[in-house]
Amino acid sequence: MAIKDITLGQYYPSESLIHRLDPRTKIIGTLLFMVSIFLVKSFTGFALSSALLLAVILLSKIPFGYIARGLKPVLFIIILTFTMNLLMTPGEVIAKFWIISVTREGLTRSVLLGIRLVLLIFSSSILTLATKPMSLTDGLDSLLSPLRKIGFPAHEITMMMTIAIRFIPTLMDETDKIMKAQTARGADFESGSLMQRARAMIPLLIPLFVSAFRIAADLAMAMEARCYRGGDGRTRMNPMRFSKSDTAAFIILGVYFALVIFLRSRGL
Amino acid sequence: MDRIIEIENISFRYDEGEDGQAPEKALDGLSLSIERGSFVAVTGSNGSGKSTLAKHLNALLIPSEGRVLVDGMDTADEELIWEIRRRVGMVFQNPDNQLVSSVAEDDVAFGAENLGIPSAEIRERVDRALKAVGMYDQRKKGAHLLSGGQKQRIAIAGILAMGPECIVLDEPTAMLDPRGRADLMETLKALNADGKTIILITHFMEEAALADRMIVMDRGRLAMDGSPREVFKESERLKELRLELPFTIELASRLRAAGLDIPEDVLYEEELAKAICALK
Repeated sequence: MAIKDITLGQYYPSESLIHRLDPRTKIIGTLLFMVSIFLVKSFTGFALSSALLLAVILLSKIPFGYIARGLKPVLFIIILTFTMNLLMTPGEVIAKFWIISVTREGLTRSVLLGIRLVLLIFSSSILTLATKPMSLTDGLDSLLSPLRKIGFPAHEITMMMTIAIRFIPTLMDETDKIMKAQTARGADFESGSLMQRARAMIPLLIPLFVSAFRIAADLAMAMEARCYRGGDGRTRMNPMRFSKSDTAAFIILGVYFALVIFLRSRGL
Repeated sequence: MDRIIEIENISFRYDEGEDGQAPEKALDGLSLSIERGSFVAVTGSNGSGKSTLAKHLNALLIPSEGRVLVDGMDTADEELIWEIRRRVGMVFQNPDNQLVSSVAEDDVAFGAENLGIPSAEIRERVDRALKAVGMYDQRKKGAHLLSGGQKQRIAIAGILAMGPECIVLDEPTAMLDPRGRADLMETLKALNADGKTIILITHFMEEAALADRMIVMDRGRLAMDGSPREVFKESERLKELRLELPFTIELASRLRAAGLDIPEDVLYEEELAKAICALK
C-alpha cells in the first residue's frame, strides 16, 4: 500500500473561481442542481443543465478526466439501468433482433436516465474535487448550526468528520504496520478462499481497533489540554464570508432553476 | 524569585487495574516549585512518575492529596481549569496523536479558536507562532506529510498561539530521529530565551544537560534536584536510579579512572575537548 501519497478525499488543488467560492454556496448549489435534475423531463431541459455543468467544469479548471473518473465505480449500474429501460419499456417497436425488441419510448427513457445519472455524479464530483475536505466540513458545520436549537449535535458531527479525515493517513500507516508485523509472524492475507481471507483479517482488525482507541484517548487528552470544550464560544481563524462571486453564483442558480421549472410547466 | 508553579506535597494513585489491586502511588508526597522563565528538565527511569507529574501541571490530573498552584490558581478548582490550561500548554510524546486538523496552520489555530479570540488576532498569533518554531514556510502542508520533528514543532506552535507562560513537554523527542531531536531542543532553547518557562520531561540525559535545572524522580518522589552539573557529578547515585550518564560525562570519568587529569565538572562536548587539549 502506497500510503504516503494517498490523496485526502479527492481534492484537486487549484485557485479557480469555483474553488474560491464559499463552501456553503457549493454545497447548496450542488443540492439544488441535483434537485433540478430530477425535475427535468426533456432533452431541452437536459441541454440546459449540461450547459450549466459544463460552464462550471470549465471555470473550475479541473481536467475533465478527473471528473469522469467518478463514473467508474457506478458505470455498471448506469449500464444496467440503461439496458433494462431500453429493453423492458413497452411501446412502439423500432428495432427487433430475435426475442429482443427496442421501443421508441424505451430508447428515450433510457437515454434520459443515463444523462440524469451522469449529471448527478459529475455534479457531486465537482463539489468534492473543488472543495477541501476541511472547508466542506466547515460549510456543513455552518449550514447545520441552526439545527442545534432543536438539539441536533451539528458541531460534534462536523468535528468528528474533521478528525476522521485527519486520521485516515494515520490509521492507514497503522494498518500497514500491523499487516507487516502479522505477516512476519506467518499470517497470510493474500491466498485462500474468500472465507479464509475474511478470517485472516481478524488478527489485523483487532489490533487496529485497539490502536484506534489508544489514538482516540491520546487525542482527547491533547484536545482538552488545548482548552477544547465543544463548539460554544469557539471562533474561527478563517471565518467563512460570502463574496460577490457567491452572490453571482446564487443569481445564476436562481435563473437556472426558474428556467427548469418554466420548461417543466410547458411540458418540455 | 517569582514562582509560576508550586507543588505542595502531592500524592496520586491511578485507578485500580482489572486485577482489583490498587496500584502503587504514582506520586508520593512530592513538593516542588518552578521559577518563572526557567528551563527545567525532569528525568527518571520508567515508572518514576515523571509523566504523571507533567499531567498535574495543567489539570489533566488532579492530585488525590496536596495541591498544585499555577500562578496561584489551584488546579482542583474547576472554574479555573481553562485559564490554567491556557497558561500551561502541553506537548505530548506521540506527534501523530495530538494534531487535530489535516492542515498545519489550521492545527496551530485550534487552541486559539477554543479560547474565542477574534479571527484577525488568531491569524496574527498563528503566523507569529509558526515563525517562532521555524515552520512558517510549511504552514499550508498536510499534517500527514510532515516529519515527526516538524509535527512536534507544529504542536508547540499550537500552544504558543494560545499565549502561554509555560510549556510542558512530555517526552517530545522519544519518537524523533536525532536530527528532529536536535532541532526541537534548539526551538525550546530559543523559546526559553524569549521568556517562556520550559518544563521538559525526558529520559535522554543529553537533553537534560541543556536545562538550567534538573530534577530526577524515583518512585513518585524527588530523588535529586540541582543544576545538571551538580546532578551529573553524583554519577553513582544516578546509576542507582537506573539512569545513564551522558556520553561526555561517562567518557570523562573513564579518562579520570585511567589516571588523566580531567576536571570533575565537565559537562558538554566542547568542555571535554578543551580539557583533553589542555592535558599537556
